[in-house]
Amino acid sequence: MERTLYREIKATGPLWQAAVWLGLFVAAMLASVVYVEHHGHAVTGMTNHVVWGLPHVFAIFLIVAASGALNVASMASVFDKTQYKPLARLSGVLAMALLVGGLAVLVLDLGRPDRLLVAMTTYNFRSIFAWNVLLYTGFLGIVAVYLFVQMSRGMPPGAIRSMGTLAFLWRLALTTGTGSIFGWLVARPGYDAAIMAPLFIAMSFSFGLAVFILVLTALYRLAGRPLGAGLVIRMGRLLAIFAALVLYFTAVQHLTNLYAAEHAGIEAFILSEGGMYTALFWGGQVLIGGLIPIAMIYHPTFGKTPQAARAASVCVVLGGFAQLYVIVIGGQVYPMELFPGYAVTSGFGDGAVAAYQPRWPELLLGLGGVAISLLATGLGAKVLRILPTNLSDANTGSDIGQEG
Amino acid sequence: MTRIKGAELSRRDFLRSGAAVASATLAPGVTLIAFGGSQAQAAADAGKRWGLLIDAGKCDADCSACVSACRDENGWGGHGDADRDAQWIRKVTLQHKATGHETTMPVMCQHCAEPPCVDVCPTGASFKRVDGIVLVDKHTCIGCRYCMMACPFKARSFVHEPVVNQKSHAPRGQGTVESCTLCVHRVDAGGTPACVEACAGAGYEAILFGDLNDPDSQISKRLAEYPSAALRPDLNLGQGVRYANL
Repeated sequence: MERTLYREIKATGPLWQAAVWLGLFVAAMLASVVYVEHHGHAVTGMTNHVVWGLPHVFAIFLIVAASGALNVASMASVFDKTQYKPLARLSGVLAMALLVGGLAVLVLDLGRPDRLLVAMTTYNFRSIFAWNVLLYTGFLGIVAVYLFVQMSRGMPPGAIRSMGTLAFLWRLALTTGTGSIFGWLVARPGYDAAIMAPLFIAMSFSFGLAVFILVLTALYRLAGRPLGAGLVIRMGRLLAIFAALVLYFTAVQHLTNLYAAEHAGIEAFILSEGGMYTALFWGGQVLIGGLIPIAMIYHPTFGKTPQAARAASVCVVLGGFAQLYVIVIGGQVYPMELFPGYAVTSGFGDGAVAAYQPRWPELLLGLGGVAISLLATGLGAKVLRILPTNLSDANTGSDIGQEG
Repeated sequence: MTRIKGAELSRRDFLRSGAAVASATLAPGVTLIAFGGSQAQAAADAGKRWGLLIDAGKCDADCSACVSACRDENGWGGHGDADRDAQWIRKVTLQHKATGHETTMPVMCQHCAEPPCVDVCPTGASFKRVDGIVLVDKHTCIGCRYCMMACPFKARSFVHEPVVNQKSHAPRGQGTVESCTLCVHRVDAGGTPACVEACAGAGYEAILFGDLNDPDSQISKRLAEYPSAALRPDLNLGQGVRYANL
C-alpha cells in the first residue's frame, strides 16, 4: 500500500473538451435567463397554476444531491470508514459545487433575480425558505472549512472529526429544510406531510452517492488514474441500501395518505389516474430509480462488477429526476379543494388538473445548473489537490471484487 | 416646438447631474412606493378589521361585474391567456357533490388572519396590515412564488409579462406576485372596494364590505344574524372574507 498522494489533474485534451462543452451549456443557460427576463415568465411553461416548473426540479435535485455527496466524507471523518478517507476531499468539493449549481438555477428562475441582495439581507424568520437561505450559505462555509482542515498539514485528527461532525449535522438540517419547503405547505394535498423531511434526507443519500460515483468515475477516466473496482462496488452496495430507503419512505408516505379518505383524490391521481405523473411515479421513480438499480447491485454476477454500480447510479439519477418531477409538478397540477364537499369549476381551472409543458428556456436553465456543478467540480480537481493519484483497491483496502 | 426643444434641453441638463442618474435609477421604485411595507402599514387603523361577506344566494351566475370592476380599477387586464393572466378575483361555480345544487360566487384573496402567504415569504414582502388587509410589498418581492404555493385559494398571480399602463394607485411589476388589495387605496380614503360597488351597481348587492371589529357595522350584524362560512374551514386561517347562502 502506497501513501495516499493528492494531486491536481492534468489539463489533457479530453478535459478541455469536457470543459468547453460544459461552458457552452452555461452560456446557453445565461442566454435563456436573459430571454426570460426580457419577455417575462410567459415564455416558459410555467403558469399561475404551476408556479414552480422544470427549473425547480433541477435545482432541488442538485441541492438534495449536494448534501448527499458530502456523505462520503462523513463516512470517513465521522464514521471512521477508512477506505473512504481518500475520497473525502472530492466529496466536499462536489457537495459545494452541486449546491452552487442548484442555487444558481433557483436564483436565476426568480421573477426578480436582480433582487438577490434583498433575499440575502431581508429575512422573514417565519419562512422556511429564509431558513434555507441561511442553511445553504452556512453549508458552503462549513464545508469550505471542513475541506481546509482536511487539506492543511499538521491538523490534529480531532479537528477533522469535529468539522466532519458539524458538516454532517448541518447537512441533515439542510435536507430537512429542503423537504420542509414542501412538508409545511398546508394548502396542497400533495405536500403537507412531516415525512417530506426524512424522505428528502433519504433521497439526498441516494442521489448524492449516485452522482458521486458517476463524477468520480468520469474524473478518473479523464485523468487516466486507476480507480479500484472494489471501491466502486462497495459504494454501489451502499447505494442500493439508500435506494431502498427512498422506496421505504415513499411507501410509508403513500400508505399513510391512502388511509385517510381526504387524501384519496391525490393518491388516485399519483398512483393510478394521473397519466404521465403515474407513469413517472411507477416507471421512473419506483422501477428505474429503485427496483432496477437494487436488482443490479444484488445480481449474483453483474452485481460483482463496477459496471453494476455505475449503471445503478445512472438509474438512481434518472429515477431521482422522475421523483422530483412527480413531487414538484404533480403536487401542483392536482387541484386544491376550495370547499370540501363541493365540486368547483371556473374559468381559471378550479377543480381541474392543470396542464404543464416545460419549454426550452427552462430546460436550458436546469441543464446549465448541472453544467455549473460539473464545471466547478472539474475546476476544483484541476486547481486543488483533492484527487488521490492512485485509488486502486490495493491502496484503499477495498479488495472485494475483480478489477475492472 | 420651441417648448419641446426647451424641455429636451433642460432634461438633458438635468440628466448631466449625478442626482438625476440616481433618480432615474430609482424612478421605477418610486412609482412602486404605494405598497411599500411601512407606508402601507402606516395608513392602516389597528382598531379595524376589514372584511367582506359574500352572499352566494344573491350572486348571479351570468354576472361578472365584480371581476370587470376590479380589472378596471387595478389595471390587471390580461393577454387572453387564462393560465398566465393575473386573476385578482374570479367567479367560481360550486356544485354540491351529494345534492348537485349549484352556486356561483367570486373568490379573491381571503385576507386571512393567519395568512400562509405571509408565513412563507422569505423576505417579508408578503405582509398583513394591522387592519387585516394582506398585501405584497413590490419593493421586496423577489418573485420566488412560494406564496403562490402556500395560498389555499389560488388567489395570487405572478406577473408573467411586461406591464404597461399601470394605475398609479395599484402598481404592478413584471416578475413579482400580486393579488386583491381589497382596494386598499379606496379603503384608506374612506371608500369601499370596486367589486362591492360594482355588485351593488348591477343590482345584486351580493358583496358587503365593512369592519368586522365594529359590532354595529352592517357586516357584523349580518354575520351575527345569519350563518356563514369561510373557504377551507379546516385550515382555520381566520379569513376576512366569508360566504353566506351556499
